[in-house]
Amino acid sequence: MNTPIVSLTNVCKSYKQLDVLKSVNLDLQQGEVLGLFGHNGAGKTTMMKLILGVTTANSGHIEVMGVAPDSKEAWHMRERVGYLPENVSFYEQLSGLEVLTYFAKLKGFNKQHALMLLEQVGITHAMKRQVKTYSKGMRQRLGLAQAFIGKPKLLILDEPTVGLDPIATAAFYQTVDQLKSQGTSVILCSHVLPGVEQHIDRAMILSAGKVLAIGTLDKLRRDAGLLVAIKPYGLNGALRQDSQLLKYLSSDNKSDTLLVPEAEKLATLRQILAYESIKDIEVETANLQQVYQHYLQQEQAATSNGVAP
Amino acid sequence: MKHILIVANKEFHDGLRNRWLVSITIIFAILSIGLTYFGAAASGAVGVTSLSTTVASLASLAVFLIPLIALLLSYDSFVGEQEGGTLLLLLTYPLSKAQLLLGKFIGQGGIIALATLLGFGSSAAVLYLQHNDVQVITTFSTFISSAILLGLSFTAIAYIISLLVSEKSKAAGFALITWFLFSLAFDLALLALLVGVEQGISQQGLTQLMMLNPSDIFRLVNLAGLDSSDVNGALAIAIKSSLSQGQLFSILAAWVAVPLLAATFIFKKKTI
Repeated sequence: MNTPIVSLTNVCKSYKQLDVLKSVNLDLQQGEVLGLFGHNGAGKTTMMKLILGVTTANSGHIEVMGVAPDSKEAWHMRERVGYLPENVSFYEQLSGLEVLTYFAKLKGFNKQHALMLLEQVGITHAMKRQVKTYSKGMRQRLGLAQAFIGKPKLLILDEPTVGLDPIATAAFYQTVDQLKSQGTSVILCSHVLPGVEQHIDRAMILSAGKVLAIGTLDKLRRDAGLLVAIKPYGLNGALRQDSQLLKYLSSDNKSDTLLVPEAEKLATLRQILAYESIKDIEVETANLQQVYQHYLQQEQAATSNGVAP
Repeated sequence: MKHILIVANKEFHDGLRNRWLVSITIIFAILSIGLTYFGAAASGAVGVTSLSTTVASLASLAVFLIPLIALLLSYDSFVGEQEGGTLLLLLTYPLSKAQLLLGKFIGQGGIIALATLLGFGSSAAVLYLQHNDVQVITTFSTFISSAILLGLSFTAIAYIISLLVSEKSKAAGFALITWFLFSLAFDLALLALLVGVEQGISQQGLTQLMMLNPSDIFRLVNLAGLDSSDVNGALAIAIKSSLSQGQLFSILAAWVAVPLLAATFIFKKKTI
């Protein structure tokens, strides 16, 4: 029951002299959503290609739904995997419906299924038009519909929200949540995007082929030791008299912002709330962007100090 | 098998949609009907000319046109999808590389084959109505079937080009060079060999060399049975060779199968 959908063990991949992935480990459970973050060239696409079985690892072991994805036995696995490539331009001269029907048929589904998916992503109104007339957002939705063919057990999405407007983005995340509740595992690959945090269970941060961090956002935040920013209003300098709060006061000294370690957050909040004069309070935990930057900077520092090769 | 047919169906419909079938058919029909009627205009007569003159002129035109059309139709078959990103996507589907290649070949080859059949078949029909001679049918079936094989051969060669390069524009360049080499340069080189080499090459040797070029095999197939007065150039010598039509057809078929196998092999080795 608890065998992971995707399992990578010490996977290494290099193209000629260039190491693209260095000893990557990952277990993805059923119904889990993993955010895969990294700069361009960090190895995200290579990792996805390995999981999809389009390329073969130089060393290490990969299993997707119990089979090696690049083996002959992977045939049935492929029917249960949905993939949205980055920057795919579908057959421009075909209509959206024709494109989706073609892909659906290749996975053993019919036109009805394609129609249903087009409705799900909301481009039914344009399905008879040629893809070349589509806007970027519509192409992206067509790509998503393609990835959703056949209720996949594993979805691998490369930059899924690029080109989507805020409403479509929200609808997309809603679909992800829905699929997750149905037991679909999702690998969401992206540059760090606002709004992705609530929808992922775990995050993996890749840089230059190395896994810098993996875990729930809470764990990453804690490990990173990032501080929570607490901004009380209406205390009028009372902060500076409180010796316990003073030590957390932000060093720029202009605003009354306290930077508190995650562990001290609640205690500090209680203390502040005890002040009668308090009018409002803002609490801001480190967001994904900050976590991401923290790990990248740490890595850069380590590299320049010669600690890591 | 189902997957091959799905791909083939899509490629065939692309050919219909892009007016490939219609344009190739019209080009072939106009050429062949025109040559059938006006082939003898140079000698002062207009009307249906003799069968051998017609086929000789048709063959010498088709030998340039068919490879060019096949290469044009198929050169971007893989590199185009690679640039668009759909090739990578298709490979994540339950679809093997061999199935994808074969499906494309059946679809695009179907366009070429059907256009050849309809285009040249129309002039065969005209000739048959005029002459009411069964010989028309037999000669034209040889012509049309060898023309189809020639088209399929260059479709397979186009796939090799399409799989070896990484940019569409490069594929177009290589397709043009390939056409030039097979259609023009090869024969010039043969002529140079015939004239330039001191000892001369034997008739046997020349024929064997010609087997290295599907265009020349096509010429041999169609000109061998004709009055030699309609054939000139280096070919005339080779025609008197000992290869039978059956042998020529088999070698031409090999020129379809071998490039197709080579393309499959290259595709399997290719990293996307």
